[in-house]
Amino acid sequence: MEYLDILLNASFWQAAIRIATPLIFGVLGALICERAGVLNLGIEGIFVVGAMSGWMAVWLGASLWGGVAVAAGCGALFGLVHGILTVPLGLSQHVSGLGITMFATAASYYTYRTALPDVTSPPRIEAFKPLDIPMLSDLPFIGEALFSQTAMTFLALFMVLAVAFVLYRTPLGLAIRAVGDNPAAVEAQGLSVYGLRIGAIMAGSALMALGGAFLTMSAFDAFFFGMINGRGWICIALVVFASWRPGKALLGALLFGAFDAFQIRLQNEVGAAVPSQVFLMVPYVLSIIALVLVARKADYPRALLQPYFPGQR
Amino acid sequence: MIRIEPRQNVSHLYAFFVPVLAAVAALGLAAIPLYAAGADISSAYVSMWKGAFGSAFAVSELLTRATPLILTGLAAAVAFKAKLWNIGAEGQLYVGALAAVAIGSGAINAPPAIMIPLVMLSGMLAGGLLMLVPTLMKTKLGADEVVTTLLLNFIILLFVQMMLEGPMKDPMGMGWPQSEPMSPEATLPKLFARMRVHWGLIIALGAALLLYIIMTRSVWGFEMRALGENVSAARHAGIPVTATYIKVGLISGAMAGLAGVSEVAGLKGYLTSDISPGFGYSGIVVAMLAGLSPIGVIVAAVFIAAVFVGADSMSRAMSVSNYIADLVVALSLLCVLISSVFVRYKIRFITPRLPKAAREKEI
Amino acid sequence: MTQQEGERTPLLSLQAITKRFGPLIANSDISLDLYSGEIIALLGENGAGKTTLMNILFGHYVADEGGIWVQSSEGTLEALEPGTPHAALASGIGMVHQHFTLAENLSALDNILLGTEPLLKPRWSRKAARTKLQALMAKSGLEVDLNQQVSKLAVGERQRVEILKALYRDARILVLDEPTAVLTPQESEGLFKTLELLAANGLGIIFISHKMAEVLSASDRVLVLRHGELVADLETSICDRNLLADLMVGHSVDVPTRDAATPGPATLMFRGVSAGTGREALSNVDFSLRSGEILGLAGVSGNGQGTLSKLLSGLEQPTSGAVELHGTPLSRNAAGVIKQGVARIPEDRHHDGIVGAMSVADNLVIEEIRSPAYSRFGMLRFGEIKKRAVEAIQAYDIRCPGPSARARLLSGGNIQKIVLARTLDQEPQVVLAAQPSRGLDVGATAEVHRRLIAARDRGAAVLVISEDLDELLRICDSIAVIHRGQISAPAPTETLDKQRLGLMMAGHPANKELAG
Repeated sequence: MEYLDILLNASFWQAAIRIATPLIFGVLGALICERAGVLNLGIEGIFVVGAMSGWMAVWLGASLWGGVAVAAGCGALFGLVHGILTVPLGLSQHVSGLGITMFATAASYYTYRTALPDVTSPPRIEAFKPLDIPMLSDLPFIGEALFSQTAMTFLALFMVLAVAFVLYRTPLGLAIRAVGDNPAAVEAQGLSVYGLRIGAIMAGSALMALGGAFLTMSAFDAFFFGMINGRGWICIALVVFASWRPGKALLGALLFGAFDAFQIRLQNEVGAAVPSQVFLMVPYVLSIIALVLVARKADYPRALLQPYFPGQR
Repeated sequence: MIRIEPRQNVSHLYAFFVPVLAAVAALGLAAIPLYAAGADISSAYVSMWKGAFGSAFAVSELLTRATPLILTGLAAAVAFKAKLWNIGAEGQLYVGALAAVAIGSGAINAPPAIMIPLVMLSGMLAGGLLMLVPTLMKTKLGADEVVTTLLLNFIILLFVQMMLEGPMKDPMGMGWPQSEPMSPEATLPKLFARMRVHWGLIIALGAALLLYIIMTRSVWGFEMRALGENVSAARHAGIPVTATYIKVGLISGAMAGLAGVSEVAGLKGYLTSDISPGFGYSGIVVAMLAGLSPIGVIVAAVFIAAVFVGADSMSRAMSVSNYIADLVVALSLLCVLISSVFVRYKIRFITPRLPKAAREKEI
Repeated sequence: MTQQEGERTPLLSLQAITKRFGPLIANSDISLDLYSGEIIALLGENGAGKTTLMNILFGHYVADEGGIWVQSSEGTLEALEPGTPHAALASGIGMVHQHFTLAENLSALDNILLGTEPLLKPRWSRKAARTKLQALMAKSGLEVDLNQQVSKLAVGERQRVEILKALYRDARILVLDEPTAVLTPQESEGLFKTLELLAANGLGIIFISHKMAEVLSASDRVLVLRHGELVADLETSICDRNLLADLMVGHSVDVPTRDAATPGPATLMFRGVSAGTGREALSNVDFSLRSGEILGLAGVSGNGQGTLSKLLSGLEQPTSGAVELHGTPLSRNAAGVIKQGVARIPEDRHHDGIVGAMSVADNLVIEEIRSPAYSRFGMLRFGEIKKRAVEAIQAYDIRCPGPSARARLLSGGNIQKIVLARTLDQEPQVVLAAQPSRGLDVGATAEVHRRLIAARDRGAAVLVISEDLDELLRICDSIAVIHRGQISAPAPTETLDKQRLGLMMAGHPANKELAG
């Protein structure tokens, strides 16, 4: 019965949505890249970049939304590097992505250490506060679970709609879906395969960076080393689970957030009887399970991982 | 107009210079962050050089650092050659180390001639079996091994922490989460007095040689290469795809596991949960710099080790963050990728020549 | 030609186009003019440079020399910006590639509309587009279910989508690359009727072909390309088969001759075999292959040939029924099938036939690498491998720099020779050849056919899967037709012709005479 109590608790759902928020950004970002035919394993490092650069911008005096913009811009920049390496140069998307992750992580840590050489405890910023929306926030249950989130959570939810709209309702989305299936079809219709793919990677990377920025500017108010802790890789698994659809991506991220929040509460219930590491493993184990469940019937974008050289077919 | 066209033939000399060029470029690019940190650039490079090669002690440190990198580099090289994306060397290293302390810290007592091979085998087996999980998930269930190996790294690290805080905790460890020490019989001897470099280096060099022979001269190596270059044609030609992937996974995981054994049995003497500063991930860079050649891995590992050791001593001397080393390592990977373009492709600048005007066809 | 006509402005003018790939000259100083209402056939062997020329026209490649002029709306000739398909489309050039350029995850309508609207346009109404397409379909007779996802369309329908793509953009110049390669004879006739209709409406049309019959019947003018050079530009009315054949090949080719078959007992039996899924599914197939006989399997691609190939290659298992070789079940993996004496010549030789990054020698022994001939104690016997390679290169006339050259650098014909050498030299009992001459020139095709006939004469049972009816009628002893996963009873080749096979490929049942 006590398990049911956990689920019926509004604060549980509040935590679930909070945990899901960076994943929503990350899965959407990975989804855009992969829909265009490019795997972006830079995601883990781009999360770090977003977390560090957004926080750093605010710490240096920018507004919170200014920080969000800086994070997105830095993410897009690393996306551009991945795009150039994998699209016109056609290099291994696996290796390039890992390289971007290593590079982005090292660059973020180095920048942070160089800017703040002597701090012992991480400095704090004034982070996003939970929105207090008149009426809505006072609603029972829903008010606490949903309408007491920060603005970045709403940005994430809005992005789900925006990405879905662009993908399925605009000529641009049509072109992105086509270039991930058969780039030759896109080129034969006079569109630029390189432009579409690099653009998609940059946009996707910007979203990934927002996922990182959420952690330092909304969930917490400081930057820690190792704070991303595999969240990016989890998104890569979730995007397969979501079969590359924005709606399912949201669902997957929320489900994941709920499991994770449940696990944290269960840990409090069980106490020291089970080692804490067992609970900490849960998200990673869940991701692997999610991947294995759908792997057999996953309908990968046909051109994923395939480099394209114009006129060479 | 710029066009990229595949090169017909690649000279070996050219293929050799590419990673060298990339390494130089990565070191050169490090000047930018050094400058940003306000360091004197030329003395920073001198300090790095001295830190890596300046004395017998420095060289010993360098080789000590290179030892696990050779082994994780081999793990990545073998796997990548067959296009099995094992990014899990970090986790495999830890289970290898865990197996080594489980066997070698007093559970079994035997003379070194038995203990050392036993410890090595158990570490290799642990690493290999760990890699078997994602390999089977790939071949049987179609789950992408990149994601599963990456996620397993986190799971394994947590598992190791759990063991070190629980059943495998050293009761004499003053409360620190660390394992009991390796017994002297299970410890790899040092190569020279008062130097840290140990027999793990010889083992790593032997492993590189053995893998070189396997990859280039054996049927297994032939099948692994065929699989990596074209799975579809390999399957069509009757090469046992699943069995070959499993072999690759076992060998790759075993190499990473051996790296863990070498670190606990040769260097540290006991296991902690921070025994590897990312050797598994650096191994990927080593393998790529080596062009996936087992012999090349030795050279590349020495270079990466030099970056780490040199940057360590430089950062202490010049108060620059030692993340500069990670930055150079990451840049080496990106640079070697970019320079591989020059090996595989020609970049041609085309200016289409048009006749002066259309023939007199206009009305 | 009257003076007046001589001064007409062409729709399209290619002038002195030259294109080199390394040492190979793909196009050498080629010029052509295309006028409104005209159908030009670009005839040439595989590898003569036809596709390269059209890819330059469409901006996939940039010519090293020469230029392209297109008639503008004012009726003057304007230079076409090289190297961008976008410019080609904007100037009214539409292209139907041999390998269709369709995104299979999208509907036919989406494929047609792709790239026709500004990318950032919000609130996108397709009503007008639909109306325009309905009108175009009515006018041209190119009926397509616009809402259907392309992956679910048959080959012929996909081609109609490709043509509609061009028409929707108001193309005035339509280029089709080997448009009949994937069609039944009846579908081909329908296509050429449509093209005539379009030409009558003022389009200029170029179609690429290596089939003389259709060039003679469907074009107004024929341009012949040989080894990258334009060797003739003639009114079709003054041409005949012999003339075109001479122009196209330039030398005589020994077409292999085939003595009457002396079929032995049934070697390979399919008993009620079902396998595969979707369009490629085979359902309850019964047929047998006899030793000493070449059986042809005709059919439009995507009717189950892929599944059949995979079954015989050991890459797929029947869901019900059994495949038996000499009464024992066929092995369930490729290595076992090879050991049982089945030679497989795969349809996509680059993708399934060779490991391009490995050497010619490695590719010659890859199927037998575990045999004691090439490895001992798990170690490769380099000397033996090289010896074998040198022999095979000699025996099969494989043109390559040497045994250690990378296989991917070889031409299609020489790659096919590697596959032939490694499979046929194992003296197989069954030979599966899927599209064995696709993309090969006349000489290489003759060589492939000669080898298959030799295998038959040695006593092998040979199954040739092909879309090229000329090929089947030339080399097969009997022919069966595959349609929607069903295989008809084979009939002796002498009793068949293209028309009848075409009807069967389209699903019309064989008439009584045929069945009996």
